[in-house]
Amino acid sequence: MNVLIILPVILPILAAAISTLLKASRTSQRVLSILAVTGSLVASIILLFEVKQQGPVVSAVGGWVAPFGIALVADMFSALILVVSLVTVLSVLVFSFGSRRNDEMWQFHPAFLVLTAGVSLAFLTGDLFNLFVSFEVALVASYVLITLGSRAEQIRNGITYVVINIVISIFFLTGIAFIYAAFGTVNFADLSLKLGSAEESLRIALALLFLVIFGAKAAMFPVFSWLPDSYPVARAPIVAVFAGLLTKMGVYSLIRVESTVFLGGGIGTIVLVLAGFTMVVGVLGAIAQNDVKRILSFHIVSQIGYMLIGLGLFTTAGLAASVMFIIHQIPVKTSLFLVSGAIEESAGTTALDHVGGLRKRLPFLALMFGLAAASIAGLPPFSGFIGKLSIVEAGLSAQSYAIIAVSLIVSVLTLFSMAKIWSGTFWGEFETAQPGDVLVRTGHRTMMGATGMLVAVTIAIAVFAGPIYALCEEAAADLIDPTRYIAAVMGK
Amino acid sequence: MTTLVALVVAMLYGIGVYMILQRSLIRIVLGLSLLSHGANLLLLTSGGSAGVAAFIGRFTGDDKVVDPVPQAFVLTAIVISFAMTAFCLALAYRSWRLTGNDDVAQDEEDVRLAEMIATRNGKP
Repeated sequence: MNVLIILPVILPILAAAISTLLKASRTSQRVLSILAVTGSLVASIILLFEVKQQGPVVSAVGGWVAPFGIALVADMFSALILVVSLVTVLSVLVFSFGSRRNDEMWQFHPAFLVLTAGVSLAFLTGDLFNLFVSFEVALVASYVLITLGSRAEQIRNGITYVVINIVISIFFLTGIAFIYAAFGTVNFADLSLKLGSAEESLRIALALLFLVIFGAKAAMFPVFSWLPDSYPVARAPIVAVFAGLLTKMGVYSLIRVESTVFLGGGIGTIVLVLAGFTMVVGVLGAIAQNDVKRILSFHIVSQIGYMLIGLGLFTTAGLAASVMFIIHQIPVKTSLFLVSGAIEESAGTTALDHVGGLRKRLPFLALMFGLAAASIAGLPPFSGFIGKLSIVEAGLSAQSYAIIAVSLIVSVLTLFSMAKIWSGTFWGEFETAQPGDVLVRTGHRTMMGATGMLVAVTIAIAVFAGPIYALCEEAAADLIDPTRYIAAVMGK
Repeated sequence: MTTLVALVVAMLYGIGVYMILQRSLIRIVLGLSLLSHGANLLLLTSGGSAGVAAFIGRFTGDDKVVDPVPQAFVLTAIVISFAMTAFCLALAYRSWRLTGNDDVAQDEEDVRLAEMIATRNGKP
């Protein structure tokens, strides 16, 4: 029983329970949230070092060994993503302290902590049913967060979000029933062994079913339209954490299940085609929008396509590139949404037609946006460039030229839509929703500090790209050949 | 027995999907709960056919014992779907308080596009 592995789940859940009791005092809720998230982060960093030294770390919950009990497993892939996610969660939390009106409702902190626990559990679980539970934990918290305040538009778009996610969850449950009926187990490692000797047709059918389930959770083409419809109505810190983590949970589960369990499953070409459409449709949607939050929401969809390329290629280089891209994407996307939140707080709106010239009044914000936008568009020497470069190299070595061509064109269009935000909000004549609305208030420094911290993380990813990519390659090697993972879980 | 359960599961899924495609929110909520009942029943049958409950001391070596794992899954899933249904009903009630009906609202972008096409066709 390794205590470290359970801390990132237990700490936020416990803190959420206590936070509910402390609803009268916002200050103590804030201190508690910070402590819980920092504790989880420290535990996950130690976990990462442990995984680096001795391979996958396993903990059998309640002493029931796999395949009978629930196993929590941290391999390089999950440990890396967990650390990056918790850094992101921490900075969003700090941002929310400075954000006006944000945590005036006491429900914010408990729901935020439950979301953190659910996301951590999804990354650490080694069991399909437990993965379902972790999705539900994270989603139920997200339902509360997206409708917090219950304004009319939040209810209208929140319903779309809730219904689509419940339907996908029911699909997920159906998939688990099929898996259990066929193999009598839901443990990833055990399933991987049993699926290895299963009929090819059965394996492909189940692999496709889970592609649909996790693809829809990750907002992959064609089931993506719920995302740009529902995300922009939530408050900035909330939509920032959704953008950074929720879709990535889907991508993580897709990669985990399709590689560790289904061993590629023979669905590579389908994944590549869907990845191409996801990139193109997402970026075209972004270009057509006229609001910062909506543009960025479509970009979430577009970038999901890049993450799927590695899975479609199913080579070590490809998967390593995907892992690298996810690690870069979580902080970058979140910091862009934090910038949009700061724009909304300062100028009263994020509609491009009603904001302008913020560069002169808020130069630091403009700098932060410039750095994050250059990174997401893949300009050298930022982290996005390294992510995209590794994807292109993997694609060239696998001789998949078409998808690489698509990804490069999409990259140019991404730069174009980032330029559109830049010229709409930061350049030109000074303009806000109500004249004279730019306020540099007490909370402004907190928000800028949190955004700056996250942007610094993305720059650090670019600076330490060499060692991080080496870790990604290690993660990919375990994904392609799960022998080490299976041995660690099954205790052989 | 299993065939009968399979038929019931198919019916629950069919009716559930039909209900979700309706405009009224309350029907969508009912459809969701029918769908999750279907999924729960499917999960229950995934453990194989019926048998003696898996309590120590309740069965002898010859008895056919039922697999307890899917039952544990279903219990968890029922609790989750119960909470989700309650949340959806709260949303539907809030929507009814705000708009006076429980229809799913038109998507604003769709309305805008429909108007754009109508004006373009009206004035060629």
